[in-house]
Amino acid sequence: MAEMMYWEGIQRAHDEEMARDPLVICMGEDIGVAGGTYKATKGLYEKYGPLRVIDTPISENGFSGLAIGASFIGVRPIVEIMSVNFAWLAMDQMFNSAAKVRYMSGGQLTAPVVFRSPGGTAHQLGAQHSARMEKVFMGIAGLRVVTPSNPKQAYGLLKSAIRSDDPVFINEHELMYNMKGEVPDEEYFHPLEGSEIARAGTDVTLFGYNISVHWCLKAAEILAKQYDISAEVVDLYSLAPLDRAGIKKSVSKTHRAVIAEEDEAPVGVGAEVIAIINEECFFELDAAPVRVHAALVPQPYNHKLEMAAIPDHEDVVNAVLKMFGKA
Amino acid sequence: MKLEDKKRVLREMVLARRFEERCYQAYIERKIGGFLHLYPGQEACCFGVMEAARPGHDYVITGYRDHVHAIKCGSDPKEVMAELYGKETGSSKGRGGSMHIFDVKHRFMGGYALVGGPFPLAAGIGKGIQLKGGDEISICFLGDAANNQGTFHETLNMAALYKLPCLFICENNQYGIGTAIDRSTAVLDQFKRVCGYNIESAQCDGQDLDVVYEHARKAVDYVRSGKGPYFLELMTYRYRGHSMSDSRAYRTREEEELWKQRDPIFIVRDRLIDAKALTMDEFTHMEKDIDDYIENEVVKFAEESPEPNVADLEKYVLAD
Repeated sequence: MAEMMYWEGIQRAHDEEMARDPLVICMGEDIGVAGGTYKATKGLYEKYGPLRVIDTPISENGFSGLAIGASFIGVRPIVEIMSVNFAWLAMDQMFNSAAKVRYMSGGQLTAPVVFRSPGGTAHQLGAQHSARMEKVFMGIAGLRVVTPSNPKQAYGLLKSAIRSDDPVFINEHELMYNMKGEVPDEEYFHPLEGSEIARAGTDVTLFGYNISVHWCLKAAEILAKQYDISAEVVDLYSLAPLDRAGIKKSVSKTHRAVIAEEDEAPVGVGAEVIAIINEECFFELDAAPVRVHAALVPQPYNHKLEMAAIPDHEDVVNAVLKMFGKA
Repeated sequence: MKLEDKKRVLREMVLARRFEERCYQAYIERKIGGFLHLYPGQEACCFGVMEAARPGHDYVITGYRDHVHAIKCGSDPKEVMAELYGKETGSSKGRGGSMHIFDVKHRFMGGYALVGGPFPLAAGIGKGIQLKGGDEISICFLGDAANNQGTFHETLNMAALYKLPCLFICENNQYGIGTAIDRSTAVLDQFKRVCGYNIESAQCDGQDLDVVYEHARKAVDYVRSGKGPYFLELMTYRYRGHSMSDSRAYRTREEEELWKQRDPIFIVRDRLIDAKALTMDEFTHMEKDIDDYIENEVVKFAEESPEPNVADLEKYVLAD
């Protein structure tokens, strides 16, 4: 087990899969000669050449469609969209072509494309470079959505996504590329569906995904040390489909739930998890589930406003304390 | 084109025409639902190009006016009609409908309903061919109105940049839904618009099979030889409205009559008769044979086929 950075896990998955299969290619803005904005494709251009490591024009919908078309005849493209905010431009091809083609062709065609893209608030990037949009992707039939919270998942989810016959959207985070963590030395495929318990507990379940898993872990530590509350942290690495069984199992054990998301609340992951709790285990609840989420504002530039707009571990702690009548 | 080939193509074109007219009737009878975009008037475009290409070998992708393209690629008209009827035996198992005919075994990669949507998909198929090293080409049939989408420009730029084996066929029928081209588009000659992307292009009469065929041969050879993409604009006309609920208030009956005098089927028929390769009697028999085939086999198959099982509603959403 070696320690590596999140971006290194992504780069390793690319490299291994491209070495194995000449029809695995990658494409996106600045991913080739420039090595990738977040280094996720570093060294690949030199190793695999311009036919397979493709620097694209700034035409998100166009090159996403190109990747989808190539996937129709056996190519396995990995598309990097530099910021998830730019993916809005590619939604036509992602949703209308990739997600629907299998169904509307009666199973004849499938679009095994991987779209990777970072979202989220980084350092004062402003309204048009800080948005999250996982909530949009997770409501589209025919599309898988996963979101790695650590280097092991970043590596293993990409490996599995490349091998999947379905289109997969991988939601990354701009602040996480340099995060370090253990990654297996041997080849590892992370399941595309399910959830995992990042920390076991008995009194309350904290649901997180991607960056908010880390808020939940930090909150769980504070709750244990300072308030004697045992929090279980569930990592929802798959947003589409969400792990109904995993959500039910944990809430049936702890009887309380807090969902932490960096996204705004309406129509989001939190709303969906609460709906699942209602459907699967409503009578197990000892308290109403709570969402911790961003304010419904375009992300502000000013740093103080920016921090006020998004939640962190303290908000998770406060939500739990309120639930237990301690705040 | 040899006379015997032309005679075969005439038969195929008549079948295409009769098939579409029968669809119209079935739509009126409410056997076919949704939207229905018919091809009569434009037949020389599809048949002229595909005679120059290799149907079933070259990849073809198009928009929602797709029945005839699928059939020319090798689809069984029975399966296409069954798809329009929403039947399990249809090309797309009744899940697609008129605008989404697919027949991947014949390399008909589908009809798509977002105007301009297939442009980048066609380029991607070209990219796949380039990576796999085959001698196929990727042929994209779309109308003039698709050229006002961003995908047109984004795709042409990439196709030229990556030198992809793509043949873009613009069937310029001069209307985008119900808006005339001179009311929607600043440049009327579509082939001129691709010059900015350094792509070879040409424009020709889209009503005359021989003319389309000769131009398409040149275009197909160019693309297959690895020189990069080619854009061929075919001047044509659709007799029917854009879809079914179309009063054609945006054009005159005189204009329609003018175009019908240059009917693509009659042009081929009369040329064959002049060459003494066909008689009017033969042609009348041909039409009768085709009508019988459509009624007794194609429509019958669609009518008698089962509908999809409702229990299979969620089949084909995901693969894994």
